[in-house]
Amino acid sequence: MALTLLVNGKEHNLEVSPEEILLYVLRDRLDLTGAKYGCGEGQCGACTVLIDGSAVRSCRTQVSAAAGKKITTIEGLARGDTLHPVQKAFVQAEALQCGYCTPGMILSAVALLDHTPKPTGKQIVRYMDGNICRCGTYERIIEAVRFAATFSRSKHESGV
Amino acid sequence: MKAASDPELQQHQRILRLHRFDLGRRDFFKVLGGGLVVCVASGRLAAQESGDGGRRQVSETLDSWLHIGETGQVTVFTGKVEVGQNIRTSLAQQVSEELRVPVSTITMVMGDTDLTPYDMGTFGSRSTPQMGTQLRKVAASARAVLTQMAAERWHTDEANLLAAEGTIRDPKSRRVISYADLTRGQKLTKVVFNDPPETSADKWKVAGTSTPKKNAQDFVTGAHKYVSDLSVPGMLFGKVVRPNAFHANLASCDGSQAEKMPGVTVVRDGDFVGVAAEDRGTAERAAAAVRAQWNAPAQPSESELFDYLKTHEQKEKDPDDEIIKGSVEEARVWAAKTLQQTYTVAYIAHVPLEPRAAVAEWKGSKLTVWTGTQRPFGVRSELAQAFHISEDDIRVIMPDTGSAYGGKHTGEAAVEAARLAKTAGKPVKLTWTREEEFTWAYFRPAGVIEVRSGVKDGTLAFWEFDNYNSGPSGMSTPYEVANQRVAFHPSDAPLRQGSYRSLAAAANHFARESHMDELAHELKMDPLEFRMKNLKDERLRAVFQAAADKFGWAKAKNSPSQGFGIAGGIEKGGRVATVAEVSISRGEVKVVRVAEAFDCGAVVNPQGLRNQIAGAVVQGLGGALFEAIHFENGRILNPHLAEYRVPRFSDAPQIDVVLVDRKDQPSMGAGETPLVGIAPAVANAIFNASGIRLRSMPLLARGLPSKAT
Repeated sequence: MALTLLVNGKEHNLEVSPEEILLYVLRDRLDLTGAKYGCGEGQCGACTVLIDGSAVRSCRTQVSAAAGKKITTIEGLARGDTLHPVQKAFVQAEALQCGYCTPGMILSAVALLDHTPKPTGKQIVRYMDGNICRCGTYERIIEAVRFAATFSRSKHESGV
Repeated sequence: MKAASDPELQQHQRILRLHRFDLGRRDFFKVLGGGLVVCVASGRLAAQESGDGGRRQVSETLDSWLHIGETGQVTVFTGKVEVGQNIRTSLAQQVSEELRVPVSTITMVMGDTDLTPYDMGTFGSRSTPQMGTQLRKVAASARAVLTQMAAERWHTDEANLLAAEGTIRDPKSRRVISYADLTRGQKLTKVVFNDPPETSADKWKVAGTSTPKKNAQDFVTGAHKYVSDLSVPGMLFGKVVRPNAFHANLASCDGSQAEKMPGVTVVRDGDFVGVAAEDRGTAERAAAAVRAQWNAPAQPSESELFDYLKTHEQKEKDPDDEIIKGSVEEARVWAAKTLQQTYTVAYIAHVPLEPRAAVAEWKGSKLTVWTGTQRPFGVRSELAQAFHISEDDIRVIMPDTGSAYGGKHTGEAAVEAARLAKTAGKPVKLTWTREEEFTWAYFRPAGVIEVRSGVKDGTLAFWEFDNYNSGPSGMSTPYEVANQRVAFHPSDAPLRQGSYRSLAAAANHFARESHMDELAHELKMDPLEFRMKNLKDERLRAVFQAAADKFGWAKAKNSPSQGFGIAGGIEKGGRVATVAEVSISRGEVKVVRVAEAFDCGAVVNPQGLRNQIAGAVVQGLGGALFEAIHFENGRILNPHLAEYRVPRFSDAPQIDVVLVDRKDQPSMGAGETPLVGIAPAVANAIFNASGIRLRSMPLLARGLPSKAT
């Protein structure tokens, strides 16, 4: 079937079978490889993207379910050379080791801060618990999310 | 070759062939443009060279080198790889320190078998003590060469000049010349055979600081390409048809249905079956359409694991696997109290978040493979053997990978992708699924450790320690005991096993430090006091004290719902002590706080080091509390993250790190040692609260038992 994906503000007209997995459409067809495969069962969060602002596991999302909606991947988060506050916070807190979970972590954090701008530590842990960092950088990631929450939202219109 | 004589490495590194570098210096300048190349020959090779009548085969004898280009850009070549341990940054810092250039001007070319010197691999915490030292040496040599060049140009003495910020300066005449200007228009190669004077750690300005991670921005924007993100023109997607059990033979195979699918290639070679197709979906459908029948032998199951390991001891032993001091037999007679316990550790998986992946491309008889591995040169050897071609025709490139933790020493995906690509006649990308990674990679060895000990007057009288299968790393005790026998007994293991972050040191520390705690309890002594009474190593004593002070050990009061445990040891030249606090509520155990003191010599990058320590604590908690591979008759029963629990945000305790920065000591690797204390510290804390002694890792495999055993 033909469908239109709206990814990072750009329209992509694609010929797909409706049960195709969003993660692989993004990665293999659109070369948006920021969303990662980690488990294929929605357990690790490495494939997280935003759909209409909500954090979604793209490895468990059929492409047809994302058609016509606003999809944001890690590649679409910065505005030109200006990093999104959450990206900036991850760099400043050095909240990464191998970095493979980082795109999913950042997008989950963006979604969290979107509906809970000043999360408590407990809220961060509860919300982010579906994202695995096998390198164990959890403390730093919590610090980065807290840090990002202190940035003024007006400084960066995330557009998600 | 110190590493090659390490028994644990011999056990796990089956391919230990040295290969000589063969990129001529002209190639260097072709790749990088003009400038200055400075190489350092290792001691052994330098000795050979110096007896060579001045005829120096530059291309074949070098261990490390760097290039200073005509724009002042510095390119450093090392066979080490970045797996998240931040070595790209910390090595660049050390070059920056000695070469006196900003870190930002340094490019690290790592883990590319065509461009970098041979390197056995990135494991065993060797990158910092060995490669760091080597690169400091090459950078210091380069600085000396540049100083000499400036001195010649200005007709002055080198002693009058100093190097700073990528320039040579003459403070008296106020002349300044940049490295770029010095090397412009040149194609100079300087080989340095002697050891240049290095900057001592107490004078470090760049090394020893929290230099930000070099390419952090690429990771937060998704720009960094892991192997699984790569594509090359015309690339196909591969999929391997896996056997239904380990050690299975392919009885029959019908690939005709798969071959009918458009653009599908089916490859059968021995017991290997795989497909390649133009897209991932077709490759998956084609692999599913292959009808393969497998014959698998009966194999041991998890239920019999520990008996199996003890009864299948290998006959051939390494003499280094046994340490004997004094007489255990005599001490057994005079010891006031004796204790005997058995500890076990389960098989666990590394679970790198990026499973094995490779892109393979043949051009005629030449093969290029991009793959995530800790041993690019080892994978090149594997490929040479698999395809019966010369290593000279193979290039293995390792982009910074989605981690490894000791789990990516081998090149399975590389060999498989290359095999598919060979028949398909096009490049092939193969990415393992999580289930494949859980099943067809290798595991941290399971093991049984028996400890017998005796004490008198609060000191160790004798110590017997027998490790079956988990490995010899970290098995010798740091405590003072005149009469001891410590032995490693390799077994015919039921599962494919190999290296893992900290190797067997985690298991050996679990057994030793649990047992020390049990002895302290028997003696009604404070666990820290008992350790200190039996410990002379000043550096280990210092980290024990530092961890205890940070935690507030002296004031910690246990209760049935709150317990405190301590553990520590010496490993890979580092000293670590860990204090853990657990809370227990309705049988639920949670590790709430950890204080860890770590001495790895002179600290190169405190920020990166803290990340490694916290990461090691969290990863160690998984193996300590709940990670275990379940298996039956050659099949893995829990090859998914839903069934194999790894630590998450909610499992991570507060971690208070104390860096004991010993600027008077050489820098040691830090990726592994911080992991070894966590399991025994937690086990000891659980005992402290509940009186329940848990002697099997993972401790909470079946939850907290209701009464003491």
